[in-house]
Amino acid sequence: MKFSVTVTLKKDVLDPQGKVVQNTLFNLGLKNLKNIRQGKYFEIEINEQDEKKAENMINEMCQKLLVNLIIEDYQINKLQ
Amino acid sequence: MKSSVIVFPGSNCDRDIAVALEKMQFKNQMIWHKETTLPKSDLIVIPGGFSYGDYLRSGAIAGKSLIIDEVIKAANDGCLILGICNGFQILTETGLLKGTLLRNKNLKFINKDVHVKVTNNKTKFSSKYKINQILKLNVAHNEGNYFTDSFHLETLKKENLIAFQYCDKFGNINNQANPNGAIQNIAGIYNSKKNILGMMPHPERMVDKLISNTDGINLFSSLIN
Amino acid sequence: MQITNKIIEKHGLKIDEYKKIQKLLKRDPNLLELGIFSAMWNEHCSYKSSRIHLKKLPTKGKQVIQGPGENAGVIDIGDDDAIIFKIESHNHPSYIEPYQGAATGVGGILRDVFTMGARPIALLNSIHFGAPDHPKTKNLLNGVVSGIGGYGNCIGVPTVAGETKFNETYNENILVNAMAVGHAKKSKIFYSKAKGINKAVVYVGSKTGRDGIHGASMASAEFDENSDEKKPTVQVGDPFTEKLLLEACLELMKDDSIIAIQDMGAAGLTSSSVEMASKGSLGIELELDKVPCREENMTPYEMMLSESQERMLIILEDGKEERAKKIFDKWDLDFVIIGKTTNTKNLTMKYKNIIHGEIPIDALATKAPIYDRKWIRKKPSKCEVNLKNLKKIKLEEGLIKVLSSPNHSNKSWITNQYDQMVMCDTVQRSGSDAAIIRIHNTEKAIAVTVDSSANYCKSHPISGGKQIVCENWRNLISVGAKPLAITNCLNFGNPENSEIMGEFAECLSGIKEACEFLNYPIVSGNVSFYNGTNKKNIFPTPVIGGVGLISKLKKPIGQYFKAENSFIIVVGKTFGHIEQSCFLKENFSITDGSPPETNLTNEKNNGEAVLNLINKDLVLTAHDVSSGGLIIGLCEMSIYSGVGIKINKPKILSNLIEYFFGEDQGRYILEVNTENINKVEKILKSNNIYYENIGKTQSKYFEIEGEMKSDINELYKINNQWYNDFNAVTNK
Repeated sequence: MKFSVTVTLKKDVLDPQGKVVQNTLFNLGLKNLKNIRQGKYFEIEINEQDEKKAENMINEMCQKLLVNLIIEDYQINKLQ
Repeated sequence: MKSSVIVFPGSNCDRDIAVALEKMQFKNQMIWHKETTLPKSDLIVIPGGFSYGDYLRSGAIAGKSLIIDEVIKAANDGCLILGICNGFQILTETGLLKGTLLRNKNLKFINKDVHVKVTNNKTKFSSKYKINQILKLNVAHNEGNYFTDSFHLETLKKENLIAFQYCDKFGNINNQANPNGAIQNIAGIYNSKKNILGMMPHPERMVDKLISNTDGINLFSSLIN
Repeated sequence: MQITNKIIEKHGLKIDEYKKIQKLLKRDPNLLELGIFSAMWNEHCSYKSSRIHLKKLPTKGKQVIQGPGENAGVIDIGDDDAIIFKIESHNHPSYIEPYQGAATGVGGILRDVFTMGARPIALLNSIHFGAPDHPKTKNLLNGVVSGIGGYGNCIGVPTVAGETKFNETYNENILVNAMAVGHAKKSKIFYSKAKGINKAVVYVGSKTGRDGIHGASMASAEFDENSDEKKPTVQVGDPFTEKLLLEACLELMKDDSIIAIQDMGAAGLTSSSVEMASKGSLGIELELDKVPCREENMTPYEMMLSESQERMLIILEDGKEERAKKIFDKWDLDFVIIGKTTNTKNLTMKYKNIIHGEIPIDALATKAPIYDRKWIRKKPSKCEVNLKNLKKIKLEEGLIKVLSSPNHSNKSWITNQYDQMVMCDTVQRSGSDAAIIRIHNTEKAIAVTVDSSANYCKSHPISGGKQIVCENWRNLISVGAKPLAITNCLNFGNPENSEIMGEFAECLSGIKEACEFLNYPIVSGNVSFYNGTNKKNIFPTPVIGGVGLISKLKKPIGQYFKAENSFIIVVGKTFGHIEQSCFLKENFSITDGSPPETNLTNEKNNGEAVLNLINKDLVLTAHDVSSGGLIIGLCEMSIYSGVGIKINKPKILSNLIEYFFGEDQGRYILEVNTENINKVEKILKSNNIYYENIGKTQSKYFEIEGEMKSDINELYKINNQWYNDFNAVTNK
């Protein structure tokens, strides 16, 4: 089974990178731009047929390693 | 010789290079990135640092700044361009130099003195060095791991466009002497017209005996000739 | 909203303190006001437990331009040059999020220095972690080191010196202390004292977010129905913005637009505005609608208490707004007039034209509580260690144990992650007793170092306090600098515990005694209490940062031997004090006993003599003797230089372990060539300095007559192995 995990900074946490990218795009003429937040994206394939179990495993990966829970949130999506 | 140092928000070796250039008798000007015209210069330096905080990709955002269009124009007219460290990263982002700089293979920032070998001494940047001369220079970077495709790598070799290669103190080019994982131990390269040099080590940090050594001086004295 | 006892408690205030607030206001505070009192009256801002002890410290001297009480201390280094410096802790945030905690610690201390008009020229740090095998240590260590590097490297200030230590006392509470040193012209120093009424109060820098709002208080669901959304968020450092802020401030400081300037550090807008108004005996009125906010719908409470980084508050002279705004526009930073100074002596907070809170400034500052907390003296350790009762250990075996230990292993894997060279004025990088930084465009330099000795302080706080000051002083002497002044970061446990308060009081009295004797005043500092968990407090860990002056810069001598066949001289007497030594700790896990006594008279005389020898160019190399004793000192000088040594059998002590591993204070190891040896001995003798001629340098062997002979390359490997093993093991 294949999943994607999107990691983003929590809502109120400062995102210096996103801020600079946003200003640059704005200066390049993309004036309708409202907000940009930068994050990370993972694609993960695992050998597990049971969807519930698989999702639990991905969840565990996120909690244990992929995500810094102090400053980041994450979202899991099933791809295949 | 007239030189211009481009200053981006987050540049932090701009003063260091200016000091070195002035010491070597260049008439130097600092150019703020928001300016849209460049004074006539024989040499344009893009200094080290963390332009725009290295956010997104190092060099990416500076590569989109207003002044860069002027730098590209000047480069095409044959002006000498030197990009050091972040300046090298910016030059690859603009396409003036091919290839890219990946994260160091140990995934850590590295600051130390390393040895490099002068691979080509027949350019305006290196004529005062001997061929295969071993220099001790300082590196300070997170993304100094030069990478390019095999086709371009062949061109670099065939056209003698590799400027410096990391080596040990005896001049051996090997893995142990490679601080960041750069392909073929490449520490600096030229464009095909050899008027643009991008390099990761900091020659401007090596012009004062009291601070380090003077191995960087000949790069500037080559240019002044 | 009704202020309940629970809300008071959540704000970290005691009921007595709340009653005092009611009395000062002559009414109940509202929530905003309560939040402000809580921020200003907490230990960090008010120094309520420490103040009566801090007052006793020597803070004056001919070299002192500004002592404690400003953003940082200022000293005079001759001509029109001043050095501005301070050390500060960021312990708790670094334990929660090591990278960001350490990074914002560096950012905060840099702001303290450039707020006063100085260009930062050096960063230092003192970091303490738990036992290496504690499950959290690896992550914390790597995170903190990357965070320190990440911030300093990006902003372009060299990180030149520091110390990294491990002890299980820090398992649940690491220490991250960062020190910044800056250079300014004496005639261009900026202070935080407001002057004049109706002057513009300007907010510059980053926008305000809900960062770190009021740590302890915000978790309560009773505050607000949306409590989950309002939990304190970790502060994220943005060194890029700080670099812009630094350049913009220094640009604005070129003329006299600024009346007063204050960094928004802990308790952000609150403490910065109160500080400036209080010093000027003025009032300040803020229009909070104007505060640049990062998030929507921020409340006055959040704006006043946010700890978002990279912000400053400036009071401007009339008519300078336009010029100032132009500068901040150039650097893409917010510049907003958010208020004015008043003659009301109140902090007035308006939002949408309504006054949301109004507090007399002195209630927040000078009338904040001060406690004379109960403290008890430490009983001296009764335990006496007798080597005769322990298993016999050979010199070489003992040496290898210490060299390969986490605390004594080489730390270049850390310092290689810090840019030490940027600014091109670093004359001596790490790998010496102190770093040397040239004052740009001059022939002068300063030497800087940080030191701590928590195990000494735990065992005997007075001796420990004295010892750190002296070790710091020695480190500066060893590189040929005249020690001028210090900054201190006092990391202690819970001050409400009388034993801990005793450690604090006694450490300080030791520090005071040494500083007075050495004419080595304290010009800035920071107190960090409540380090530890419920019942377990950390060892008392005062950290001393020192600055010394080299008036005529030469190529530094460093601590690595220069040549074979030189004489090796030890200045200061070796008594063989083995208790509290790292020999006992690493070989027998014995941590009892008393620390070595520090004799201030010897310390001063020995130091001045050594400095004299260095200034006269009579020594090739100098190194102070500290943790690990003589043998570790010799090892550090030898194995990184490629030059070996041959040491004679000691004439004065029969026990070799005590002689070589004893940690007696006031000692230096000098390398002297044949040509100068007579001169050196003559000068030492004529000054009544005790010294020993212990042997000579030789090629590649580390040799002690009749005891050991090892290849220095082997010892080098042993000294560099620990981190590799540590990373390899815990990576599994």
